[in-house]
Amino acid sequence: MGEKVLMKGNEAVAEAAIRAGCRLYFAYPITPQSELIEYMARMMPKVDGTFLQASSEVAAINMVYGAAGCGRRVMTSSSSPGISLKMEGISYLAGANLPSVIVNVQRGGPGLGDIQPAQGDYFQATKGGGHGDYRLIVLAPSSVQEFADSASDAFDLADKYRIPVMILADGLLGQMMEPVEFKPAKTEAELAELDKQHLDWAMYQNKPEPNHHHHEINSLEIDPHELEKHVLKLDQKYKLIQKNEVKHEEYNVNEDNEILCVAFGTASRIVKSAIDQLKKEGHNVGLVRPITVWPYPSEAVLNAVSKNVKKVVVFELNLGQMVEDVRLAVNGKVPVDFMGKVGGLVFTPEEVKTKIEENL
Amino acid sequence: MKTEIISSGFGGQGALTVGKFIAKAAMAEGMHVSWLPAYGPEMRGGTANVSAIVSETAIASPIVSSPDILVALNQPSIDKFGADVKEGGLMIINSDMCPDGTTRTDIEIIEAPMNLIAKEMGSDKVLNMIAIGMIIGRKNLIKFETIEADLTAFLAKKNPALLEANIKAIKKGIELGKK
Repeated sequence: MGEKVLMKGNEAVAEAAIRAGCRLYFAYPITPQSELIEYMARMMPKVDGTFLQASSEVAAINMVYGAAGCGRRVMTSSSSPGISLKMEGISYLAGANLPSVIVNVQRGGPGLGDIQPAQGDYFQATKGGGHGDYRLIVLAPSSVQEFADSASDAFDLADKYRIPVMILADGLLGQMMEPVEFKPAKTEAELAELDKQHLDWAMYQNKPEPNHHHHEINSLEIDPHELEKHVLKLDQKYKLIQKNEVKHEEYNVNEDNEILCVAFGTASRIVKSAIDQLKKEGHNVGLVRPITVWPYPSEAVLNAVSKNVKKVVVFELNLGQMVEDVRLAVNGKVPVDFMGKVGGLVFTPEEVKTKIEENL
Repeated sequence: MKTEIISSGFGGQGALTVGKFIAKAAMAEGMHVSWLPAYGPEMRGGTANVSAIVSETAIASPIVSSPDILVALNQPSIDKFGADVKEGGLMIINSDMCPDGTTRTDIEIIEAPMNLIAKEMGSDKVLNMIAIGMIIGRKNLIKFETIEADLTAFLAKKNPALLEANIKAIKKGIELGKK
């Protein structure tokens, strides 16, 4: 690790991606993630990488498909409306088992909405969004440091499972500056190793016979029995990910919690402030923060509902999208309540505290 | 110990930079910091503003609703955030651009014609540095030497004249900030 620098989340995730070996980046500008694409435009030429501002989000995601098919570390980024446009391509990436990283710096929706922070794309990120039975691994950072760290995690997971990985941030994380420490950049030798891991399936220049390999990148399987096999194989992969890759953070979770909160990303930071304040006033409230929102840390949520917990309260910057996953996890053990904020507004620690106090 | 700051002014007055230099200096001095700008439509015409937090412990919410320090470079900044300043907090007012001032009597106030002073220091651009100096002079938050080192690294080669104006402006601010 190097020294600490003060940086915007958007720039930090771009720098971290380059250090993790991303040499191909395709995107179309949109607020509030503009600093990300601008950083890539500045820095990619300096590492002999490719930066390309595509004609649209749809073009960008299909360029990602092409680059991923060649087994290279590739990334795209956008904000909510732009991510919607990428959905067809994301489904194709998932269907063709292609590793890739997609950053969503969420803003208020639906439609064009506004440009302020929101978490309204939870359903889209974790339940589909594109067509067909597929999943993305979805990482939900809550600080600039974690946003940066999520870049290398996302590439590693994408390569390990040959799956598109989404980093689900929001306008606040993108625009905010916090101190960040970067991991060292991958060396040329390490980058060459990364390329080797995909030699058995990726597209590359044919060697002369008899070493000719026929590789095919495709998500079309016209024979239903073959497609069934393919989809069931994808399902096995998703089950393996659910078993191995769930991540969460616990904040003040203990046996004497009166209330358990669940929140992810930016919302979780506001909840932490409220919990700190309540602690000073003698109330014991815990927080489970999912770091992977898919696969979801259901077991962690259930286990955190200790004997004195009267209620679980979910806080989100949307109308209650994650609350469904929390209810499934808690499975009726205690009631699950919800507080949300929409329109690109962010609740204050005082508002969160009042909501918790109503339930004490 | 946690200090929450809102710095606000017209676009171009350097309100966001006040927060940035304070956050950078505090980070260099080993503190936890966050810097969160308001972005979007309110940048045009009204106030460009930033929430900055300097804390000994990890920062949970980066949003500032009741600042310990408000830097108001124009009147709309006082109108928007003046009432939110914590009782006993500090308001720094650029009297050149704040004709109505504030009605608050339960807070500390440092008032000065910053546009005029900046001109005297050699550049309109250093207006915001006066505000930083005032904070250094009044509060035990960051050290002058830390900001001086940061500015020197950034400007010594690129624009020595502007560096000198910046340093002068900060020193003047410190003088005005001292009780």
